[in-house]
Amino acid sequence: MRSAYRPLTRRGLLTGTLGSAALLAAGGTLAGCGTPAAQQTEEGCVSEDLSGTEKTLAFSNWPQYMDVDEDDESKRPSLDGFVSRTGIQVTYTEDVNDNNEFFGKVQNQLAACQSTGRDIMVLTDWMAARMIRLGWIQKLDKAKLPNVEANLLPSLRSRPFDAENQLAVPWQSGLAGLAYNGRVTGEIRTVDELLTRPDLKGKVTALSEMRDTMGLLLMSNGHNPADFTAAQFDDALAKLKRAVDSGQIRRFTGNDYAPDLAKGDIAACVGWSGDIIQLGFEDERIRFVVPDSGVMLWSDNMLVPNQASHKANAEELINYYYDPAVAAQLAAYVNYICPVQGAQAEMEKIDPELAANPLIFPDEAMLARSRVFMALDEQQEREYETKFQQVIGA
Amino acid sequence: MSALAHVPIGSGQSASPPPAARSGRYRLLPYLLLLPGAAWLVLFFAVPLVQLAAASLYDPTGSISTGYVLTWAFDNYPTALRAYWPQFARSFLYAGIALVLALLMGYPLAYAIAQKAGRWKNLLLVCVIAPMFTSFLVRTLAWKTILSDNGWLVGLLRDVHLLGPDGRLLATPIAVVLGLTYNFLPFLVLPLYASLERLDYRLLEASSDLYASPLKTFRRVTLPLSMPGLIAGTLLFFIPATGDYINAELLGTPNEYMIGNVIDSAFLVRLDYPQGAALSFLLMSTILAVVFVYLRRAGTEEVL
Repeated sequence: MRSAYRPLTRRGLLTGTLGSAALLAAGGTLAGCGTPAAQQTEEGCVSEDLSGTEKTLAFSNWPQYMDVDEDDESKRPSLDGFVSRTGIQVTYTEDVNDNNEFFGKVQNQLAACQSTGRDIMVLTDWMAARMIRLGWIQKLDKAKLPNVEANLLPSLRSRPFDAENQLAVPWQSGLAGLAYNGRVTGEIRTVDELLTRPDLKGKVTALSEMRDTMGLLLMSNGHNPADFTAAQFDDALAKLKRAVDSGQIRRFTGNDYAPDLAKGDIAACVGWSGDIIQLGFEDERIRFVVPDSGVMLWSDNMLVPNQASHKANAEELINYYYDPAVAAQLAAYVNYICPVQGAQAEMEKIDPELAANPLIFPDEAMLARSRVFMALDEQQEREYETKFQQVIGA
Repeated sequence: MSALAHVPIGSGQSASPPPAARSGRYRLLPYLLLLPGAAWLVLFFAVPLVQLAAASLYDPTGSISTGYVLTWAFDNYPTALRAYWPQFARSFLYAGIALVLALLMGYPLAYAIAQKAGRWKNLLLVCVIAPMFTSFLVRTLAWKTILSDNGWLVGLLRDVHLLGPDGRLLATPIAVVLGLTYNFLPFLVLPLYASLERLDYRLLEASSDLYASPLKTFRRVTLPLSMPGLIAGTLLFFIPATGDYINAELLGTPNEYMIGNVIDSAFLVRLDYPQGAALSFLLMSTILAVVFVYLRRAGTEEVL
């Protein structure tokens, strides 16, 4: 036994606690030597489907991406229709706010082949491509998706990351193009005008979404965003850098460009069609422009992750939303491009004006000018993203 | 803490040889009381910290799909610093300027509330704290409206020719520094207020009785007595302001991005975990170094 008692001091406690924690954690980390590979295979991560006994479905989606009742915001007519038609209870959660953030939220479970508690999640093309590449997404049974087979827009079939059309089904699509506020500036028609016209200096924003901004720039150089080389990418990036360095581009944004464009703080921007339609309802001088060189077509896709235990229920829901009448009901509310053929005819009955809107139901000419960004492998993704982030400042 | 620590001494030595079991229990008591807090600290602070340190030494060629291997890649640090030293320096510069501005505003404010406000004291304190009840993001977005190109403030500054006809505040370093100043001001004012509130007015009277000028009274009496609050306040202001990325993102442009924006993009967008971890550690250790030097020079060991 010690003869003298040593009083407990703050410093002693801190040193002791931190020291033991360091040992504990260091031991743990070193024993594991880093982090394990997140790659999964179909054989290695098998999911069980409990749809036969459990009539439930957990659906994660973006905010304001589902029709709501005009009188009661808590009612979702198209989803309620699904519940009463099939008896499958849907837990609908609006917890996707950002692809990267959502990836952070589910990556640990999916990397370890554990359940995320979600049966359907809606993610943008490139994030869908990444998850497919990592082997985190279950294959769908095409026999259970006759409506998708029949009604999916041709330009959204056999996309680079899902050549067989069995992993990702578009929920809504949209265009990334140019937009301007007619109260502040005259019409713009090309990407080059946006990047060089002197009267726009410091009043231009572009999207921090690499595929949208760089896709438009690649096309303005006459290259194809669905199939380009590293040198072509560098060319386009140099063009963007000139516009950043000259102060032409004010900032790079997510959705937050919309209020700035409405206020006139920015005169023109690279933006998304759905946002601009919304702004256009309030101020008709805010316009979306499809540049002559071409426009980017993106989709948010329904995906069934590994270990989702209600795949058959999920397939039923996907199939339901490809019924043209249901798709029109949804499109009347969300104003993005409806990926379902035949919905335009149904929309005539709901709202003829929306049915005639080429940003919701694009015509052949517009679709012919639209491109989907190339599927990147992990190495390319990091290389391009790093270069792009350096130009946009982070 | 010292009271706790002395209990066993008293009880252990007064009775000649105490029963072993009893003294052992008393000896353990402070540790038992500290157990929940210490466990919390270990689990949610120390362990992640060590993991972050390990991540900063991962092989930079690893990736999510192949996993990361710990190769003691100390090269990650110079590489990260070479690539992002401007953002790093900018963080300290902006936070420093914002701190000076906040001191110029916050000290008189805290002094007025503590010494001169009388029965308005509580109301004024609520006014300082009230904005904190809304989210940080909402407050920053409100600044976007205030500083808007077509807002009244920019209009006014253009009219008095402080800004050119095409001048703007949004998307400039000024907006970022103003945002930082505003968002962290209460963290500076509250500790200062706590110090100044206890200031004995009679000491100031004594000082002026001894023919000290008001300026000298401030320098020799008020300022030294408010030192603990001043130090705590500057630290509470400077540390989060340096690591902030919301203000630069919402009020600035890529040219104003701070190190927080880079770390955010390394972890969430570029998925370069070793670099993100290395930058986080660099930021943490630089701030710690600055704080230590500051505390040494300010000469208050007690704060530590």
